[in-house]
Amino acid sequence: MIQLHHYLLISGALFSLGIFGVLTRRNAINVLMGVELILNSANLNLVAFSRYSSTGIDGQLFAVFVIVVAAAEVAVALAIVLNLYRLLNTVNLDQADTLKR
Amino acid sequence: MSISDIIFVVVSFVTVASAAVVVLSRSLIYSVFSLLFTFFGIATLYVFLGADFLAGAQVLIYVGGILVLLLFGVMLTHRLYNLNLTTEKFQPLTGTVIAIAVFISLSSAAVGTRWKLIGEKELEPTTKQFGEAFLSTYLLPFEIASVLLLVALIGAAMLVRRRTDI
Repeated sequence: MIQLHHYLLISGALFSLGIFGVLTRRNAINVLMGVELILNSANLNLVAFSRYSSTGIDGQLFAVFVIVVAAAEVAVALAIVLNLYRLLNTVNLDQADTLKR
Repeated sequence: MSISDIIFVVVSFVTVASAAVVVLSRSLIYSVFSLLFTFFGIATLYVFLGADFLAGAQVLIYVGGILVLLLFGVMLTHRLYNLNLTTEKFQPLTGTVIAIAVFISLSSAAVGTRWKLIGEKELEPTTKQFGEAFLSTYLLPFEIASVLLLVALIGAAMLVRRRTDI
């Protein structure tokens, strides 16, 4: 029997893995993947609560908006990362620490 | 333990394990491709939760769009003759401690709280409710989301343009 807290545990694991990726990876694209994991875990939570509690379909609607924002975010972030690579020849976040050149 | 429970356990294991590969693997290509399995696993979990429209949207947008964008990003930010697309970690100890603390607090909250539940609802198609909600209650957020996508489109195209023609 699948309960609500199974989904919450999965999404908690995904969230903490995403936090780990954001904190420890050096490559900017890998950090973006961590952010995607975090957004997906939040979405999973929203959909799970929308199924198991009395909120109707609102959780799933929120998840759709989260997906929209994630798509916009990853497009703009990759544009920024490509510019960073063109300017500094690296996408390692610890080497990209100059404000001006 | 019924067959759907077994499928649920397998799917959730694959999802979490491939998410671990995403953040732990040294190779960027391995990270991107195991992100594929994570996204598919989450789409399957949406199916388990009765969110048919969202499962389709997850596959279309994340697998078809965001994953391809990330792959392009990996390919474009390395020189072609330098094919060891690896990345190393920094501050691993701090990251591990914070991630484990976050997981412990989240899971204790998830298991320990007495949620106000109503039990499982019946499975029914959600697309009709989605359409009605988007065009009535959530009309303004829907329009704002479309404008946001337009702004992101123009902004991304502006940002990666070559600066020779200014």
